[in-house]
Amino acid sequence: MGFLAAVGRIFLHFLEAIGRVTQFTGTALFHCATPPYYIAHVGRQMLEIGYFSLPVVGLTALFTGMVLALQSYTGFARFSAEGAVATVVVLSVTRELGPVIAGLMVAGRIGASMAAEIGTMRVTEQIDALSTLSTDPFKYLVAPRLIAGFTMLPLLVLVADIIGVFGGYLVGIYKLGFNPATYLKRTEEFLEAMDVISGLVKAGVFGFIISLMGCYHGYHSRGGAQGVGAATTDAVVSASILILVFNYAITEIFFAK
Amino acid sequence: MTENRPKIRIRGLVKRFGRKVVLNGVDLDIGYRESVVIIGGSGTGKSVMLKCILGLLAPEAGSIQVDGEEVVGAGRAVRERVSRKIGMLFQGAALFDSLSVWENVSFGLMQAEGMGRTEARKIAEEKLAAVGLGKEVAILSPAELSGGMKKRVGLARAIATNPEVIFFDEPTTGLDPIMSDVINDLVVKSVKELGATALSITHDMASARKIAHRIAMLHAGRIIWAGPVAAIDHVDNAYVDQFIHGRAEGPIKMEVRA
Repeated sequence: MGFLAAVGRIFLHFLEAIGRVTQFTGTALFHCATPPYYIAHVGRQMLEIGYFSLPVVGLTALFTGMVLALQSYTGFARFSAEGAVATVVVLSVTRELGPVIAGLMVAGRIGASMAAEIGTMRVTEQIDALSTLSTDPFKYLVAPRLIAGFTMLPLLVLVADIIGVFGGYLVGIYKLGFNPATYLKRTEEFLEAMDVISGLVKAGVFGFIISLMGCYHGYHSRGGAQGVGAATTDAVVSASILILVFNYAITEIFFAK
Repeated sequence: MTENRPKIRIRGLVKRFGRKVVLNGVDLDIGYRESVVIIGGSGTGKSVMLKCILGLLAPEAGSIQVDGEEVVGAGRAVRERVSRKIGMLFQGAALFDSLSVWENVSFGLMQAEGMGRTEARKIAEEKLAAVGLGKEVAILSPAELSGGMKKRVGLARAIATNPEVIFFDEPTTGLDPIMSDVINDLVVKSVKELGATALSITHDMASARKIAHRIAMLHAGRIIWAGPVAAIDHVDNAYVDQFIHGRAEGPIKMEVRA
């Protein structure tokens, strides 16, 4: 009986959490769509998410592309299909690895920082102060971050795609001895617009998820430094899990036959 | 006509957190240009009451009227209208870390009233001067300020929009006695110059005696005594007597866990 009660309680807490996140998302979207708009804040967040994440995302994409070329070569060599390396690299990077790796890296960098900043504002009553100064915290804090996350992740992933493919090219040419012209031809031969578009759609969704989780957990943090720490961890973990779940769902929508 | 009704009227205010009843039927009137101080032990719901009036917390029952306008359950427009009348000094000042001192002070002017930066900065410097801070402080970040300076900046921010009502949440907590007295003087001066109504909460009896016209004591979720400052030393109420003399012995039992 005690076990069933515990399972029931966990399930109810889970449903409650889903309800709270849904309500938070609805309120946040409403404030994204209605004035006043804090354009300068959106710009600052775009800079933070897009520009300042470039080095870490670029480096990750470069090495991902490189290792992908190396691994697929050793695998395909077993059945003499080495020529497919360039195609495998470009499809894997644009469809999956670019958006997922960039999403996870940005979740660690930006999701954590959003949760920590908003969480600290919550526990030091700065969010209450915003309300007393006739400023809606959703409009001032949440909406700019959501807009910036949604718009900047696709741009970041586009750059990551290019760098990832370039990483594969470097290994293909200088390590595996492919002919540069053949490698490039193979790269673009089987690449379709939908491969890139699906990756960019994923990136937009992931950017929204990262900002949403950072803002949600920060906004609801409680109990001083420990609460802010917990909010930061929750933001990164929940964003990472949701990225993987939505990655599958979007792949189903685009490519399932 | 408006002078006949209280500026703020609270009736039967109830607020719970889970099973814990924090406010259990609070009744209180605060008159126009009156300065009322709420005293009471830690965790008795003083800050919760302020947050209910500000609309930051939703009470389970009761009524709060500001200028005769009901706040509990009110729509967005009413809430906004009421919140524009109120300035608040938070316990820890609650200054925005990402903004400079002058941007903090003029935040309400720029965000809510749409004032330009040049004019807002001029007013911010005037308000900083009113709380004894020079222009050189205006460009500092809140992290560079001492506790007393933060309170002064918080006070400057609270009065920047010339509010009709000012709330002070523990204005002297964490300050040395001299700085506490400086802040008390500034609170009295600001309220007087603005002709504002003030509602403060504090544990500090010296502060309460200095800034209040009237004191009310909150205990067990209710106002158990309210009266003029001069009367508090002669009250025939064991709770008030114990609190103002800071005695461990008496009817108020502090929850102490070993």
